[in-house]
Amino acid sequence: MARIRVQTEDFDTGAEIAALTAGRTDIGGIGVFIGTVRDNPGAHEPGSPAVTALTLEHYPGMTERAIGKIIAQAEERWPLLGCTVIHRVGTMWAGENIVLVIAASSHRQAALDATAFLIDWLKTKAPFWKREDFASGEGAWVEAREADDAAAARWGAA
Amino acid sequence: MTRPTTILYFAWLRERTGVAQEEIVLPESVRTVSALVDLLAARGAGHAAAFSNRRTVRCAVNQEFADPSAPVGPGDEVAFFPPVTGG
Repeated sequence: MARIRVQTEDFDTGAEIAALTAGRTDIGGIGVFIGTVRDNPGAHEPGSPAVTALTLEHYPGMTERAIGKIIAQAEERWPLLGCTVIHRVGTMWAGENIVLVIAASSHRQAALDATAFLIDWLKTKAPFWKREDFASGEGAWVEAREADDAAAARWGAA
Repeated sequence: MTRPTTILYFAWLRERTGVAQEEIVLPESVRTVSALVDLLAARGAGHAAAFSNRRTVRCAVNQEFADPSAPVGPGDEVAFFPPVTGG
């Protein structure tokens, strides 16, 4: 039921929603989250440079397993009728898509909550690492944020 | 012959060690993640730098997140990486 993809190329959100809902008449609500690359000027200190691109690295094999386990947790918690997670890897420019989460259910609350859960846990429990590339040619690995851990923790333990 | 253990490094651990993957035959005294880190940190300056602040290093054994006390042995795949930052 769940679709999981890790890919370098961009995704087509409309096409992914259509693929998930094709031929279905039982779905009543679809939650969608799209993460995109922001340029983030001044994020590190006043006047720090804008990000021109992000490079995403991952752990092939473990990544797919980890996403599968996160989706299994979502399916235990909410009555999902379909779910898609697509995460891009490699280099992507400011403004481009990074990640797509779609969760479908009979009712909106389950779809919306499952979508939020999936992205919160993806950020803290799937083996991806972001490096920010600046116009100067310099790069820096993004540090994990406590706010992301707190967002993931609000859903409780596995 | 004892099977080697596969060690993988990601993100800045790969950059500091200078290797993405290495195969090591573990001495019998090394049977936990933390003992393995002690062994790896002594392999050279790059490895020492990678493991200089262990609070910032995460581990997976056979593609499952693992604590420092988790067991490791011959044939295992052990990965070291920073806290994850995807999504």
